[in-house]
Amino acid sequence: MSQDLKLKATDKRGIHQLGGDELLGWDEVTQGTILTSFEGDASDIVHKKAEERNYSDFNSYTATVASWRVIKPVYNRDICIDCQNCWVWCPDTSIISRDKQMLGIDYDHCKGCGVCVEVCPTNPKSLLMFSEYEELDSALAQWPEKKKKESK
Amino acid sequence: MPKEIFELNEREVWDGNYAASQAMRQARVDVMAAYPITPSTPIVENYGAYVANGYIDGEFVMVESEHAAMSACVGASAAGGRVATATSSQGFALMVEVLYQASGMRLPIVLNVVNRALASPLNVRGDHSDMYLGRDSGWIQLDAFNAQEAYDLALCAFKIGENHSVRLPVMVHQDGFVTSHTAQNVYPLSDEEAYNFVGDIQPVDDMLDFSRPVTYGAQTEEDWHFEHKAKQHKALMDSRSVIDEVFAEFKKVSGREYKRVESYMMEDAEVAIVALGTTVETARVAAMELREKEGIKAGVVAPRVFRPFPFDMIRDALENVKSIAVLDRSSPGGAMGALFNEVSAALYTTPKRPLVTNYIYGLGGRDFAVEDAIEIFKEQKANADAGHITTPIQQFSGLRGPKLGFFQTKRGS
Repeated sequence: MSQDLKLKATDKRGIHQLGGDELLGWDEVTQGTILTSFEGDASDIVHKKAEERNYSDFNSYTATVASWRVIKPVYNRDICIDCQNCWVWCPDTSIISRDKQMLGIDYDHCKGCGVCVEVCPTNPKSLLMFSEYEELDSALAQWPEKKKKESK
Repeated sequence: MPKEIFELNEREVWDGNYAASQAMRQARVDVMAAYPITPSTPIVENYGAYVANGYIDGEFVMVESEHAAMSACVGASAAGGRVATATSSQGFALMVEVLYQASGMRLPIVLNVVNRALASPLNVRGDHSDMYLGRDSGWIQLDAFNAQEAYDLALCAFKIGENHSVRLPVMVHQDGFVTSHTAQNVYPLSDEEAYNFVGDIQPVDDMLDFSRPVTYGAQTEEDWHFEHKAKQHKALMDSRSVIDEVFAEFKKVSGREYKRVESYMMEDAEVAIVALGTTVETARVAAMELREKEGIKAGVVAPRVFRPFPFDMIRDALENVKSIAVLDRSSPGGAMGALFNEVSAALYTTPKRPLVTNYIYGLGGRDFAVEDAIEIFKEQKANADAGHITTPIQQFSGLRGPKLGFFQTKRGS
């Protein structure tokens, strides 16, 4: 079964292009071009999961950077052993995992680098790269069989 | 709080470097990241010794270059500390990229710049090449003419830059060797007076505030960059009133008065020299001599604050003078000197538009003597009497070889 595209997302994840929608005047921009990450007091933020955090409009969480991705990783739950390798290695924290169980990909922030596929240890792999335009169900239907060990 | 008390006399004999380092100690700089370079080395060296010997509770960060020094200062300042360093010449040049980062991020770092020539040819002596290199970097630039001023302005620099309506980095310039290595009488404030004047730093958007995480160093393209740079420029322009307030407060605690433009003997002056650094004092001596011995009404005008450039105050100081020599101690690289251009632009907006000429002088520490200033004043007197510029508009003072000059005045028939 293919994943929910808004998996563990707040209403604000990936809702706009980078840079924001409203163009402010010089008198309204922040001093020193600083960007606040959260709305309100963030003292306890480290103990909150992404979907519980009050990300500000300046946080890249609210931006989508998927427009330039040309190939995407597709996740196959039936093969995954929840080793968390992909979660550790993903350079854009785009692997969504809860309680050490792999759930899927954050397609608003994944840039399609393929590192997760590279580090996946299962046979066949639990993550494979497909064209950005490939439907998830169709991708899963094309999943390869387990490779046999080559005889020496 | 420091563990050890540094004992000071009411009058000390300090050179400019030592004076600046004492200001760093009294302002209780939290972090100094530095890479040594002649002639500014003793400033950071002394701060390091104050930390090591318990005179100040601070952090001295040793780095591998001036680029790294200013980068570490940016980090420490963004974290919320009071931060300062010092450099000169090639070190300053290596810092330049990060200078623009510091001002763009609105970080009130204080940089003591002991002015020195830029290679090539390699030269360790004082001229204003490095100061001029920083003039578009978005920093406030204060200019000390002697050791006392290097001390006073360093204290003022923290109070100006850290003011919440300013929040900009500040350079305090002094001339290499002539100020930095010449011992003079300096009257320091007591530690208590000095720190009460500067006050505690009140951080803004500090990265160590974990209740409000912030990102520094954002990227902006054509849709946002212009607005941010305009806001920064306005902050620099608006810092003028804060500088005036800080100078007024400093006068209350020290009795010493600073103005964004210093004027000497200008009440009735017919001719004037405009200069920066130690040359100001040389020109003042020359003006006094000419007034006493030859009756030439000579005066001197000096921008105390090079950035933000005091356009209106320069104009007010000079508009009734007949002929003005603007002295640039930096090789202008195929143009008129920068100070000449800026002073001329200010005077162009006056009804009288005095005659203005440009002298390049003192490169690589070439001595500029009272006699040189007298000669320049006399040429201005000749211009004033003739009613037009009688020399090339740009000349060189103190240069060996055939007389070098560029451009003549265009005169109507």
